[in-house]
Amino acid sequence: MDIVNQLQRQFIDHSTSLHREGIVDDQFTELQKLQDENSPDFVVEVVSLFFEDSEKLLNNMARALEQAQGVDFKQVDASVHQLKGSSSSIGAMRVKNACIAFRSFCEAQNREGCLRCLQKVTHEYSLLKNKLQSLFRLEQQILAAGGSIPVAK
Amino acid sequence: MVLGNGASSSSLNMKSGEDKVNSNKNLSVLVVDDDPLIRMLHDMHLKKFGLNPQVVEDGKKAVDLFRIGASFDLILMDKEMPVMNGVEATKELRDMGINSMIVGVTSRGLEIEMQDFMESGLDFCFEKPLTPDMITFLLNELNKKNDDDNND
Repeated sequence: MDIVNQLQRQFIDHSTSLHREGIVDDQFTELQKLQDENSPDFVVEVVSLFFEDSEKLLNNMARALEQAQGVDFKQVDASVHQLKGSSSSIGAMRVKNACIAFRSFCEAQNREGCLRCLQKVTHEYSLLKNKLQSLFRLEQQILAAGGSIPVAK
Repeated sequence: MVLGNGASSSSLNMKSGEDKVNSNKNLSVLVVDDDPLIRMLHDMHLKKFGLNPQVVEDGKKAVDLFRIGASFDLILMDKEMPVMNGVEATKELRDMGINSMIVGVTSRGLEIEMQDFMESGLDFCFEKPLTPDMITFLLNELNKKNDDDNND
């Protein structure tokens, strides 16, 4: 019982800090609410898909910005737009905001600005990924210890 | 949110949870979006309301379904898609005489872009992401529409 309580408290703390630091917003809570006994792995599935997609998109952006013969800003923008859409849909607020800033530099065709934004988006993405993976690990530990996962308010 | 002609945002009748799920079982929904993540999310959101959506990845697939005789009460249409985008698909469906409720769900929130999309024949246009409140609103509108159709 002690272990479960401890883990549950850690889970709540972790969840709260994710929201407080603006790493995720209400959309993520909505996502968690969609999970139920019929789809117990829904959040992990959606987030895993998001990780896969995001890494592809970040690679696309990096490659497009590396082109010595001239950057195709439309292509960069298309990838940023997609990342903005998916991050918004799962509630990854800081990634989404980094994408919004990124798009202005694409529009201005400013390579230096774009490279800085790519760095920022990559940083926010890595932060999100680490934090969510920790959250999922805590969930697994709680379940393994026979406890239940505290419900998001 | 942008409302089309004939739409009103009158107060919603909140049915109880079970009523809600049961009365929605007769409604057919089609989700049209090129992003598998969005398709997964919208599918799950709709399932929570007792709906069992069909899901396709571009406008042409949506139009083809109607051509072979399928019909849906509600279509959730993304704007940016390959092969045939949301604007083209909506125009095509309206030209075919399709009367279903078509709702644009777009990640481009600019007023002018939503207006363009609306003009292709949408009933409503929302900015992504889809939320339970939007679904509640749409289902309410659908029930009103079906009542009207039945009274003709």
